[in-house]
Amino acid sequence: MIMHIFANPKRFLGLATWLTPLLLVVGLVLTAGALTYGLFFAPADRLMGDTVRILYIHVPSAWLGMGGWTTIAIASLVELVWRHPLATIAARAAALPGAVFTAICLITGSIWGRPTWGTWWVWDGRLTSMLILLFLYFGYIALAGAVNREGASSRIPAIFGIVGAINIPIINRSVVWWNSLHQPPSITMGKSAIDPAFLWPLLIAMLGFSCIFGGVILARMRAILADIQTEARLRRKALSA
Amino acid sequence: MSGMKPKHQRLVLLVIAVAALIGAGLLAAWALRNQASYFYVPSDIVAEPPAPDKAVRLGGMVQVGSIKTADDGVTVHFVVSDGKVTVPVVYAGIVPDLFVEGSGVVAEGKMGTDGTFVASNLLAKHDENYMPRELDDMTDAQARATVSETSE
Repeated sequence: MIMHIFANPKRFLGLATWLTPLLLVVGLVLTAGALTYGLFFAPADRLMGDTVRILYIHVPSAWLGMGGWTTIAIASLVELVWRHPLATIAARAAALPGAVFTAICLITGSIWGRPTWGTWWVWDGRLTSMLILLFLYFGYIALAGAVNREGASSRIPAIFGIVGAINIPIINRSVVWWNSLHQPPSITMGKSAIDPAFLWPLLIAMLGFSCIFGGVILARMRAILADIQTEARLRRKALSA
Repeated sequence: MSGMKPKHQRLVLLVIAVAALIGAGLLAAWALRNQASYFYVPSDIVAEPPAPDKAVRLGGMVQVGSIKTADDGVTVHFVVSDGKVTVPVVYAGIVPDLFVEGSGVVAEGKMGTDGTFVASNLLAKHDENYMPRELDDMTDAQARATVSETSE
């Protein structure tokens, strides 16, 4: 069983020790390259002009804001069904980076909306469901923190993580189900309405952001594991003294 | 379920719970399909005209050739279309940069008694197409052909 291989913290640490810096370095190189190209060399848009360059930050952030919660939901499922302690740690580790990317998505979207639409914010389906995602992250982080301090069952945040995942397909479909100010998806199954001159740096930026995201999650998982070990060691010392 | 391993029981239980959750989400989205829309399209406005004093949003395409600026320089008349029906709109004020013919617009305002929509605010709606500026050198028809090619 592949799950059992990674459920072993020792084996996980052996993997994470070299995978964390690798992901971070590759991610930083890809992101720096894609953003430099996107901000300085990619063409301006026919209608939006230079404001289109915010695309290279906005879209990868949206992708990872949603990817973060998907990680939480899958890890929560594994935690509830297979009771893997590493799954709990992975879900906790994904929450803060996911929230940060969701916030970046909302902020860059707002800055983009002002010159393009003529408004900083509207309560349409896409913008509202994305804001709800940010609030769900806050709820999850607060809940996981409370469980950690007060010692309640860690299954409570896991259930919250799975229930909250219902918002992900809603965000995705919001521009299709309801009339919205936000445009419908430009990239759908094998089709793209984005000119290749914009598309390539965007795809590389998304890959780079994703590598950084993976590296940060692994680093945070290692930090949580180290925390748990230190606590256990302190407790043992206190008992033997 | 008694013959199953505990982890398989939990898996089955969770799959049922997730299925119920998705069902509930879809039902809610379906129930919200009208209320959650950000604007009405011209067909909605013509089928069920809103009360004259009710603030609504009208969204659609600015019909090509329909933008006319009045002599005072700030009042614009244009026609919003959804491909089936059209609604004439009047607006006095500064229009957003992306307000152009053949592009999307959302007008906030009220339906006038003469069938003209009186807008108090205009929002430009960008579509899903991203095009480099070089295409500006093409004629409109060429650009449109390129846009429809890449979006297919």
